[in-house]
Amino acid sequence: MQTVIWIVPILPIAGFIILTLFGRRSAWQFSAVVGAGTVGVSALLALVAGLTLAGVPDAGRTVISSLGDWVVIPGFSVDFSLRLDVLSDLMAMVITVVAFLIHLYSTAFMRGKGDYHRYFAYLNLFVGSMLLLVLGNNLLLLFVGWEGVGLCSYLLIGFWYEDPTNGLAANKAFIVTRIADAALLVGLFLTISTFGTLDISQVLSRASSAGSSPTVTAIAALLLVGAIGKSAQLPFQLWLPDAMAGPTPVSALIHAATMVTAGVYLVARMHLFYVLSPGVQLAVAIIGAATLLYGGLSALTQHDIKRVLAYSTISQIGYMFLGLGVGAWSAAMFHFMNHAFFKALLFLGAGVVIHRLNGEHNIMRMGGIRRTDRPLFWLFLTGAAALTGIPLVTSGFYSKEAILESAWIYPVAGPLFWAIGAFGVFLTGAYIFRLFFHVFLGESKKDGGTRPASFIFYPPMILLAVGAVLAGFLRTPRDLGNVQLMSNFLNPVLAPEQFRPAGLSTEVMLQIVTALLSLLAVFAAYLSYRRSTKSKVEEIEPHGIKRFLYTGMGADWLATSLVVRPFLWFAGIMRRDWVDLFYNGVAQAGLLVNRALRYTQSGLVRWYLLGIGIGVLVMLGMVVFS
Amino acid sequence: MSVPPVYGMVLAAILFVIGLGGLLIRRNMVFVVISVEVMLNAGGLGFISAGARWAQADGQAVFLFLLAVAAAEAAIGLALILWLHHRHRTVDSDSARQMRG
Amino acid sequence: MTIAFVIAGTLSIIATLLAVSRSNTVHALLYLIGSLLALAVAFYTLGAAYAAVLEIMVYAGAIVVLLLFVVMIMNLGGRRKEEERALLGPSVWVGPSAVVLGVAVELAVVFASGLTPATESSYVSAQMVNAVVFGPYVIGVELASFLLLAGVVSAVHLGRRHQKVIETGSDSPPERSSEDRDPPGTGDRGESGPAWATRLHSKEVVE
Repeated sequence: MQTVIWIVPILPIAGFIILTLFGRRSAWQFSAVVGAGTVGVSALLALVAGLTLAGVPDAGRTVISSLGDWVVIPGFSVDFSLRLDVLSDLMAMVITVVAFLIHLYSTAFMRGKGDYHRYFAYLNLFVGSMLLLVLGNNLLLLFVGWEGVGLCSYLLIGFWYEDPTNGLAANKAFIVTRIADAALLVGLFLTISTFGTLDISQVLSRASSAGSSPTVTAIAALLLVGAIGKSAQLPFQLWLPDAMAGPTPVSALIHAATMVTAGVYLVARMHLFYVLSPGVQLAVAIIGAATLLYGGLSALTQHDIKRVLAYSTISQIGYMFLGLGVGAWSAAMFHFMNHAFFKALLFLGAGVVIHRLNGEHNIMRMGGIRRTDRPLFWLFLTGAAALTGIPLVTSGFYSKEAILESAWIYPVAGPLFWAIGAFGVFLTGAYIFRLFFHVFLGESKKDGGTRPASFIFYPPMILLAVGAVLAGFLRTPRDLGNVQLMSNFLNPVLAPEQFRPAGLSTEVMLQIVTALLSLLAVFAAYLSYRRSTKSKVEEIEPHGIKRFLYTGMGADWLATSLVVRPFLWFAGIMRRDWVDLFYNGVAQAGLLVNRALRYTQSGLVRWYLLGIGIGVLVMLGMVVFS
Repeated sequence: MSVPPVYGMVLAAILFVIGLGGLLIRRNMVFVVISVEVMLNAGGLGFISAGARWAQADGQAVFLFLLAVAAAEAAIGLALILWLHHRHRTVDSDSARQMRG
Repeated sequence: MTIAFVIAGTLSIIATLLAVSRSNTVHALLYLIGSLLALAVAFYTLGAAYAAVLEIMVYAGAIVVLLLFVVMIMNLGGRRKEEERALLGPSVWVGPSAVVLGVAVELAVVFASGLTPATESSYVSAQMVNAVVFGPYVIGVELASFLLLAGVVSAVHLGRRHQKVIETGSDSPPERSSEDRDPPGTGDRGESGPAWATRLHSKEVVE
């Protein structure tokens, strides 16, 4: 077990190194086998580790493996050690399995799109960094992984770098998350100065024994800023819609299933801090609720199939933050797992649609895919249903239900949070089925027919669809079987929800309301679709409230005028500050001396001899007249 | 009555200064070589005068070495003059100033 | 003896002054020979007969005559008298003269501050000199032979024909097929230096 933990993250990193060194000169099959193979073996090992952990009693469910010291200074030390407990193993399992399926899908999807080996090298580096992030036993190792996935996100968003807009999108993602990461870094420094260690279990135990204090609140808030930056929550959600410039499997893996949930992981991992500072925890819930509304409303009006899914991701991570905010730790992780399955499925499906339609992204110009690709229709329907939370048969229903129940019983404004979440369910159903109907129903609006899809696309999607349905039954409400496998598994790390449960009848009522809302949403989306096919109004530029939502509530405009412009203005002022006078003065003085000395280098022998003569004069004079 | 060595030293100083002046003023490479020869000679005269002052052979011994140095200097100086003349069709030392900074 | 020394010294100073100030190279070299001969007399009066003989034989007889030959072979004598004069304006010699005068003053001060008078007999024979040279100074003899060898080698190297020379920056860009432009009989094939050298010269320092 001790060594197996290390093999899990090291295998993809080894794959990255191999592909970097030899990928360019070898056949594409080599890249595919190395890229997918290393991640596949990692997935297998993570699954074995997970099953082993599930089989041992609670106390033994944490394995820590250290490779030795990293930083050792008096009073503070950090070592290279990984920590496999139920939380990190859940993350590792989801990451490696989803990553493996997406690698498999990519072997076919990325054919003929150029730079095959580079793509797999980046993707492998991403998986390795992500595993380091979740498995790291101290916050420094976590931070290394955190920055590593940020780097890979940047590299893969700008993967097709010939188009400058892709590069700009990559820059945007990198810079926005970097701002949040600065807060995270300050939080880590504060942790070091307060607790003298970065070891996660030591930090948590010292924090809980020290009790609530302003410092703990500050650390919690700073870590939260880092987390919402990575997870694209308000107000850092700006970068995620633009990040769709990357290849579609990348969007599926990094910008839907794994990396953007790193913030959820961080908050869940450090949840004791939030328990100790209720104000910050309330902020988590508020951010989550606001973001899920924001994402849902913005997704409603988007035309780009991938932007719909991007706003959907923002919204769904909002649910996770809402869950974390109301103390439903294991429910949030449950939703993370389900979301990884169905959102990856939806993105891969969108990738196939885009592939079939020769790169068409606008859902208004799509249609009739149901006829040309029946399996894709069913797979996408499964994903959409799971995202909406169609009652009883989808995982999304169970995980959202778990979060909403906890929101209802949350002491501070619980019913309000529940209402927002329930309205979010309606929005979710509306936008995803709007997309679904436009893409799959009706007549094909494109000339020239469709491109055939590779058969390799389907097995990963089928497996994800199975996950999207079956994962939900790991935890069911009390009135629907009361299966608690998930929360029992996570019990050693994430304590079950602490609030008194609502009455059974209340729960049933809440479930019925949300279930009805989700079905209503599908119906509303269908009506809207029927109307739009008649009027064709969607083709023109949106205006009014639609335009407001289409631009993501003007978030980009707001950020540009509130942050970017003032910053540039300030930078423009600072360009001419007096500090530069000194440094420029040094350079000028150097140039001046240089110019003066150049005169002495006249190239004339007599000139040099005169120098010698003067030297003789002076030195003789010193001897004679001293 | 032997010559006071200080006379020799004074003569050496005068010749040395003349040679130094020639070296600094003349641009013709031949005169540069001549001036250097003059200065070497003046140095030799100084050694001989000092040797005479103490009636020791060392002064003249050093003069012998000075002769060797002067011979080598003349050989290289002449080669340089030839080279300069060959390259630039002149013996003006200022024409060879590629080392200008 | 002192009178002989003074006369010889005076002649030597005059001849040397003429040697470094003439514009005709051949004349200058002949004055230099005169100066060396006078200096040989001075050596003799100082009791250094051996050095005097060597002065005449090696300096006047070999080194300066060698210079003379070279000057006559290159036909430099008297050819550029006007140019040579033009190079000797006051702006050229005022600065160096000041330095030289300064050195002269300093030397005068040194001598004025005192050298003890001579001993009775200062004659040093050739035997004594050679006993010293090949006795304690024998390592110096070896070093002198090295020096002469090095001088010969470098003289041969510098005097070689067909040598590769770096072009000056002021020249027009060198061309490979420039043989027809070369003056005949120089033996210089006009080879340009390496390309980087030319670039190096033509590029001014960016300020």
